Amino acid sequence: MLEIERLSAAYGLAQVLFDLTLDVRAGEIAVLLGRNGAGKSTCLKTIIGLLRPMSGAIRFAGRRIDGLEPFQIARLGLGYVPEDRRIFSDLTVMQNLEVGRQAAHGRPSEWTPRRLFELFPNLGRMQHRRGARMSGGEQQMLTIARTLMGNPKAILLDEPSEGLAPLVAEQLAKTVLELKREGLSVLLCEQSLYFAQSVADRAFVIEGGHVRYAGTMQALAADVEVRDKYLSV
Amino acid sequence: MTASAILIQFLNGLSGASSLFLVAAGLSIVFGVTRIVNFAHGSFFMLGLYVAYSLIDRFGHGAAGFWGGVALAAVAVALLGALVEVLLLRRIYAAPELLQLLATFALVLVIQDFTLWAWGPEDLLGPRAPGLSGAVNIAGHQFPQYDLFLIVLGPTVLLALNFLLKRTRWGTLVRAATEDREMAGALGVNQKWLFTTVFALGALLAGAGGAFQIPREPASLYLDLSVIADAFVVVVVGGLGSIPGAFLAALLIAEIKAFCIGIGDVTIADSVISLPKFTLVVEFVVMAVVLVLRPWGLLGRRLTPPRRVGAVERPLALPSRRAVYALAACGAALALLPTLATGYSLILLTDIFVFALFAVSLHFIMGPGGMPSFGHAAYFGLGAYGAGLLLHRGGLPMELALLLGPLVAGVGALAFGWFCVRLSGVYFAMLTLAFAQITWSIAFQWDSMTGGSNGVIGVWPAPWLASRTSYYFLALVTSAGGITLLWRMFYSPFGYALRAGRDSPLRADAIGIDVRRQQWAAFVIAGLFAGVAGALYVFSKGSISPDSLAVPRSIDGLVMVLLGGVQTLTGPVWGAALFTWLQDAAARNVEYWRAVIGLVIIALVLAFPQGLAGFLRDRFAGERHAP
Amino acid sequence: MNVPILKVAHLSKSYGGVRAVANVSFEVVSGERLAIIGPNGAGKTTCFNMLNGQLAPDQGKVEFEGRDIAGLKPRQVWRLGVGRTFQITETFGSMTVRENVQTALLSRHRRLRSLLTLAARAYANEADALLARVGVLDLAARACAVLAYGDLKRVELAIALANRPRLLLMDEPTAGMSPRERGELMRLTSELARRESIAVLFTEHDMDVVFNHAERILVLNQGELIADGRPTEVRVDPRVREVYLGNRFADA
Repeated sequence: MLEIERLSAAYGLAQVLFDLTLDVRAGEIAVLLGRNGAGKSTCLKTIIGLLRPMSGAIRFAGRRIDGLEPFQIARLGLGYVPEDRRIFSDLTVMQNLEVGRQAAHGRPSEWTPRRLFELFPNLGRMQHRRGARMSGGEQQMLTIARTLMGNPKAILLDEPSEGLAPLVAEQLAKTVLELKREGLSVLLCEQSLYFAQSVADRAFVIEGGHVRYAGTMQALAADVEVRDKYLSV
Repeated sequence: MTASAILIQFLNGLSGASSLFLVAAGLSIVFGVTRIVNFAHGSFFMLGLYVAYSLIDRFGHGAAGFWGGVALAAVAVALLGALVEVLLLRRIYAAPELLQLLATFALVLVIQDFTLWAWGPEDLLGPRAPGLSGAVNIAGHQFPQYDLFLIVLGPTVLLALNFLLKRTRWGTLVRAATEDREMAGALGVNQKWLFTTVFALGALLAGAGGAFQIPREPASLYLDLSVIADAFVVVVVGGLGSIPGAFLAALLIAEIKAFCIGIGDVTIADSVISLPKFTLVVEFVVMAVVLVLRPWGLLGRRLTPPRRVGAVERPLALPSRRAVYALAACGAALALLPTLATGYSLILLTDIFVFALFAVSLHFIMGPGGMPSFGHAAYFGLGAYGAGLLLHRGGLPMELALLLGPLVAGVGALAFGWFCVRLSGVYFAMLTLAFAQITWSIAFQWDSMTGGSNGVIGVWPAPWLASRTSYYFLALVTSAGGITLLWRMFYSPFGYALRAGRDSPLRADAIGIDVRRQQWAAFVIAGLFAGVAGALYVFSKGSISPDSLAVPRSIDGLVMVLLGGVQTLTGPVWGAALFTWLQDAAARNVEYWRAVIGLVIIALVLAFPQGLAGFLRDRFAGERHAP
Repeated sequence: MNVPILKVAHLSKSYGGVRAVANVSFEVVSGERLAIIGPNGAGKTTCFNMLNGQLAPDQGKVEFEGRDIAGLKPRQVWRLGVGRTFQITETFGSMTVRENVQTALLSRHRRLRSLLTLAARAYANEADALLARVGVLDLAARACAVLAYGDLKRVELAIALANRPRLLLMDEPTAGMSPRERGELMRLTSELARRESIAVLFTEHDMDVVFNHAERILVLNQGELIADGRPTEVRVDPRVREVYLGNRFADA
């Protein structure tokens, strides 16, 4: 579904990603684990086109997407949920969803506000509330719902559990699994091994912009050495 | 005033508010989405008026010709706006905010000279609106029909815009992009296209604002800056980005102006106060009052800083020994120059010294202080007028007048600064502009004291300084001394605290720094040194007129600092030298010199978004930082 | 040693009729590490900002070393000996790490009005000593803007220490850090607190940090204090589990 091959990227003159190679298969949840500053967020930003790669290739559904504008990539069916939520605080829940709305190319539209409110009942109860007046957990739900309005085939989720109360994070994990059941592929960034373990199929551990480990989530959970070295939980 | 006279003035105010609102709404929408303060917005208004004049002239003065001309003029300006966005602004969205401003100001210069070339210097008065050329009787007064039309126009446009922004998908996308354009892009919104349409809409409103004025106001070359100043005030009073706020503010200001004119002269305690003259200042007074009471405008909210990947300023290293020697060598070379150079180049260099000091004083608050003043010329002018008037009216010797003149600027900065430092960013810039405009109006209107539009003349230096060469030395020594002092302050504990307050007001407060006081002190220091430059200037020219503290002079200062690079220490000096020379050379050799300067500025902004000195530093200094 | 350094009594704050903090009272003892936790919107930040001077309370008292500091400005609170770090680090990005600390030191000695002396050499040694204490001396000449997040947190700590505080307020000190960095920063903080008997009051979302590094925990919910006790007590408190913790931390 999503293939990243020897991707390098830099902020200004400081290179952040080095020859990153990873892939997400159709219908699976892959997680990028690593410390703060390891390059996880940069990786997602580069995939969605907010940052131009220096070299390497990104393929989505068989098509090269590196070098495209973010809006073009989004329209191909790749959704992006940023780490700090970035909902439009001036707009209501419904209007936030409207911004995310894109026609599903060649497919029937899968997500409507009504269906999303089934998935996120909280949002359904506050359709006309402005984003500024929502709690952190509700905002996190809204960013995901907003991205789904674009009928993506895959989504990039940047540290969704960061800053959420443990109770809310548990709910979020359930939601992510539900998305998988809907057939979406997910590339997740996380620092929390706990959250990753509860949802992911495969894991990539990155450190200093390099992939240090790739394997199933189960194998990683058993690999004490890698966990201690790069994740130190 | 009788009740009916009050009614008529009220209606006058309403009709005046409409065109003001149209312009301001366009400015506000463009700012909201692109975060660009479009200086050329007033130029769009002016073009709308000129184009409508020509079109109606061609189509004939019938109803179809008139209304068709007005509509087409607005559309033509909208297309121009779209073109400007695609060709210029699109390339500089990532550049620092102030450079964007510089680019739009350059556009003002280009459009001004284009208008001069196309329509000539004479004011052009358009025809009356067919069908609305008469007057109706309202409470015993004749009231123009066209003004009634304008009264309806304003609220209609407000409702239309409100519908567009709140009820359409386009409006939702615009509001989303206003808040976070990057995120909107990542959700599939084509922001390039969105920005172009927004900019075109803004230009359309400005163009329409101008075109609809055709029966009321002659097309004139001075409209661009006067309209932009008015529009700034309305937008800031209403709250940046708030369309209803702009409407309210336009109404408020237009009404106050109408009543000032309606009431006429008032006698209080034997002195006659002419309220109609007061209209020049009144909007700026309203703005100052509103901003102090409601810092984000009547209906505005605190601006969230836009997300941008601008270059982070790097630490200010102490100049290397080599750099100090190089600067000293420059100074020495300049001191030896009079033995070689001819008369005119000494005059030009004297000007450069004056403006270098002016630019460095502005840089002091813009750079380390993070306070981009749009009205720094006020203090330049106060220093100049102070010195001139102390000599003429105070009877002081020239040397003393030169010394004390700057104190007038310091006192002005003390008073105005108290208000200004309460605000930040664009609001700060606009308030400084407002105070500069007030100062200008006073200089312009207080005939008995300042000589009005003629200014103060015959302000010559003392005999021992009267020759070109000796005044050259005086300017060199004073300017170099002032610049050295200011630069020294960059590295003092005071300078550290100033930068601290700019980088993180929260943290500065949390380590015991009173940020506002610090900024106020810096504002006064900068005003004082601008005053020194002004005092030097007045004696080098022999006269001073209100022009020296008008908006263009403030903009000159900004151009110098930004051309040189606000993030460098010496940049403003090079910027001042280059710009002063360029202005002089262009004005002497080219008929349309403003356009030439405008085009040069645009080229420089596109080529060196970090300023000249910033470019040279990046080019030749080995050390670089990632943001 | 058990003298309360901070006494908070009946603290309340409302926004537009909504009670953000309602009648909260607690005390902090010298050298103690105290965490405030609770769901989003529980009033942690509001409560915190009333202690550091950013917000004036509607009602209630905040006494620091016997002096009422409610309603004082942040800069006044700092002068009295209360240091703080921010949730999202606040440093002077265009200045070097050393200059950041020097500025705090200059402020402490009230020398920031000096116009023509050179600041570069002022208190440089003292600044370096502070940087060494938090382990970032090697970064002294770098600009804060280019520092990694974890290092910035340490710089913030050094700035906070520049005024020799007796109370340190840390708003989500480990937000945005990796688990290892979290542990390191909190160990450093604990050590400083112990050695110089600085009381530390922090808000935190990471329960591992809370349970490993706090000696006492306050739990806020909808503006009210619903629990105040040792970690072992709070962990099993049924109300806390219901509104905040859920099941994950129950069995420990």
